Amino acid sequence: MDSPTECFHCGEALAGRTPLRVRLRDTEATVCCPGCRAAAQLISELGLEDFYRFRAAPPVKPTPSSESWSSYDEPELLETLSRVEKRGRAVTLSIDGLTCAACSWLITRSLEQMDGIVHASVNTATGRARVVWDEGRIKLSRIMTLVSELGYQPHVVTAENADALTQAERRALLKRLAVAGLGMMQVMMFAVALYVGNSQGMEPEVRAYLRIVSLLVATPVMLYGGWPYFWNAAQALSKRSITMDVPVSFALILAYGASVFNTWRHAGEVYFDSVTMFIFFLTVARYVEMTARHQCTQVSDSLSRLLPVTAHRVSCNGADEILSDVAVAQLRVGDLLLIRTGEVVPADGRIESGASQFDEAMLTGESLPVERGPGGTVTAGTLNVGSPVRMTVRSTGSATVLASIVALLHRAQSERPRIIRDADRIASQFLTCVLVGAAFICVAWCVIEPSRAFAATLAVLVVACPCAFSLGPLVAIASASAALARRGVLVTHPDAVEGLAKTTRVVFDKTGTLTSGMMSVSRCTPLGPLPACECLNIAAALETSSEHPIARAFTAAPGQRLDVRDVRVVAGGGVSGIIGGRPYRIGTRAFATGSVRADACRHDGNDAVIVLACEGVEVATFELQDTPRPESRGAVAELRRQGLGTEILSGDSLAAVSPLALHCGISAFAARQSPAAKLGRVKSLTQQGEFIAMVGDGLNDAPVLGGAGVSIAMSRGSALTLASADLVLVGDSLKALPGAFALARRARRIMRQNLAWAGAYNLIAMPLAALGWVPPWAAAIGMSTSSILVVLNSLRLMRNGRGRTSTNDERAPPEASPVAVPPVARTAAS
Amino acid sequence: MSIVFVLIPVSLVLVGCGIWGFFWAVRTGQFDELDAPAWEILVEDKNDAVPPASFSDEAP
Repeated sequence: MDSPTECFHCGEALAGRTPLRVRLRDTEATVCCPGCRAAAQLISELGLEDFYRFRAAPPVKPTPSSESWSSYDEPELLETLSRVEKRGRAVTLSIDGLTCAACSWLITRSLEQMDGIVHASVNTATGRARVVWDEGRIKLSRIMTLVSELGYQPHVVTAENADALTQAERRALLKRLAVAGLGMMQVMMFAVALYVGNSQGMEPEVRAYLRIVSLLVATPVMLYGGWPYFWNAAQALSKRSITMDVPVSFALILAYGASVFNTWRHAGEVYFDSVTMFIFFLTVARYVEMTARHQCTQVSDSLSRLLPVTAHRVSCNGADEILSDVAVAQLRVGDLLLIRTGEVVPADGRIESGASQFDEAMLTGESLPVERGPGGTVTAGTLNVGSPVRMTVRSTGSATVLASIVALLHRAQSERPRIIRDADRIASQFLTCVLVGAAFICVAWCVIEPSRAFAATLAVLVVACPCAFSLGPLVAIASASAALARRGVLVTHPDAVEGLAKTTRVVFDKTGTLTSGMMSVSRCTPLGPLPACECLNIAAALETSSEHPIARAFTAAPGQRLDVRDVRVVAGGGVSGIIGGRPYRIGTRAFATGSVRADACRHDGNDAVIVLACEGVEVATFELQDTPRPESRGAVAELRRQGLGTEILSGDSLAAVSPLALHCGISAFAARQSPAAKLGRVKSLTQQGEFIAMVGDGLNDAPVLGGAGVSIAMSRGSALTLASADLVLVGDSLKALPGAFALARRARRIMRQNLAWAGAYNLIAMPLAALGWVPPWAAAIGMSTSSILVVLNSLRLMRNGRGRTSTNDERAPPEASPVAVPPVARTAAS
Repeated sequence: MSIVFVLIPVSLVLVGCGIWGFFWAVRTGQFDELDAPAWEILVEDKNDAVPPASFSDEAP
């Protein structure tokens, strides 16, 4: 057997690591870390090795969880986290690290095999699991432990309302869709018979019978399927505004009312077919729109997941201090909390005692932890990477900074795209004209020939319904969003598709965008007698005990782990320890040589120099560099092939930017740009008539992202950046970017075709209908045909989108890459 | 022609059954997850989940 190059469990490259062996049922496999070993072993013990055969993408690398789940068994906490159901206690878990359907299968099967689990189901699409268990036989902590041992991070979902709402909305719409669809088919069938009967003759009683049956079928469609439109129209009218639903309801009620009346008096025309068809297509369009909307909520969902479920509250009982675990939902302002190392801050507050470093990457995008002392403020969702501190709670729940970001994101998602708003506005003005015009036509026909008045007026109303006009952009954007989401590009702002299509120039930030944001040692300069590899080994040995992002740059040569004693991590300085009897220090130059206090030296977040010293004498220096993303070059080349300009605006030094620009083939770049300078550059480009798409990740990019025509954030970026961006690259990869631009341009073309078609149809058919040349049934067919054409035209986006990506890409979206553990998952798991 | 007076109600009853069935399926959550169930068929039942002989060959 060849020596494996990838981890059996997570698929990560084994190069530069000490591989571990794991004994499975009838084979032995090589894994990269203890987390993977534990996961593989557990999966094998449960007899679920099939997982490795059927998974589409390797799972996310398990992060050894430091969280103890035992506090979940406290009765009060359990009460807030779960609810009692018929068959046992039920809890909803949100699971991080699901990459494909095989993962959900694995979790479901593993849970089902446990004694005491009544029901377990995992939804891959939403990442939610529902577990019902028998309290007498198993505890919640055991369930949580099992899921985390499998290599996933479970979180209890307490705010379940949004989830339930989503599900209820989806189910209700599906039901309405089914009623409208089946009803439409039936009524159409009768309508064909009636039309044939009109031309070839039909016995009057059969005719009357068919009409009554049509009425019977159309009524539930009208009342059940059409209910949302009537309700919305009533809401709009009570607010004295005209939305699409008003004329829709008007036409529906008029056509239905006239048909009922004509059925009753056995004369005239019936329009049940038009009514049911109309409702069905409206519902289809609404369903497509809803699906796109729900997909977007996942981003904000993972943000809300940042908060832990429990906190350690310190309460005083006389002189004694009592430490109790409470649910975060029960925290009150003024509570004193203990935040241990590696825990996530559960609420906004102020540090009372102790000093530590906090990883605020999810808020600010800053990869280096920030030092906070007594009196300093800490934000909910940040990670304590230093030492334990005590804090008082200042604000909780919806008052926290994190909650406001989530709210911001939600608001952005609920906005309707500008082009749809425009179409709706035009439609609504048009409709007012139509309603007035129809009244005129009715009066005119009453004067000329009263018998044809109703048919002509109804034909005008049906023909004039700007259904296709409003549906056109709506369905095009919805299918473009869905096609983009399938490629790993999430549309969080509805104008984004249009913006992408208009883009003429793509501006990149450097760190974290064109580069991976992961530090690696680019050069090691020995200053003493020790060879470079020895220096690296010493550095790696020291840095293993540090959580600092820079520490991850150092990896020891395989099999050369050195023993370190007396390791001490000094905040803002570095690490010290004794190796081979000699005291070493690694970190900033000041810290390593022991000259000045450590905090005098600051990293600028970019390339940094790390010094290794022994007894105050420098042994070696390491230059750290950000590594370019492997896909950057190809993506940029593809963008240029599409005729888009490319540019780098970076805060880094020229020395760091120009090699990268050369590597990616970007000729326009600017180094040492402050956020303000970046914004200025983007604005001046915009004034020159360019439409700018800005790709960035950090908080320092937020203003530029806001100033650009369309903004794209990497999914590892800070929460604020995600909130201000129009699009999020979910897989944290640039690969999907060129395709997104091409797709958006196709979407725009289709949108224009739709609008042109709908406009032309209305302009031509309206005068004909007003002159009484169009019978209402022809008007209904014309109206429905124009809507169907528009919908089918838009759906081409989905079909082509699927045809272009291979099935493999679809099944294994870039997010499945084990390297790309989003910070969300990382912080929440710790 | 009079057969339609019988057949149409029959068809309506069938449609009613169809709608009831669909509602039942929606209510019991069968439309909530459309991805994972497609994979279930590839997987052996848990009671006889014996690792296939070819398993070790496929391991990297």
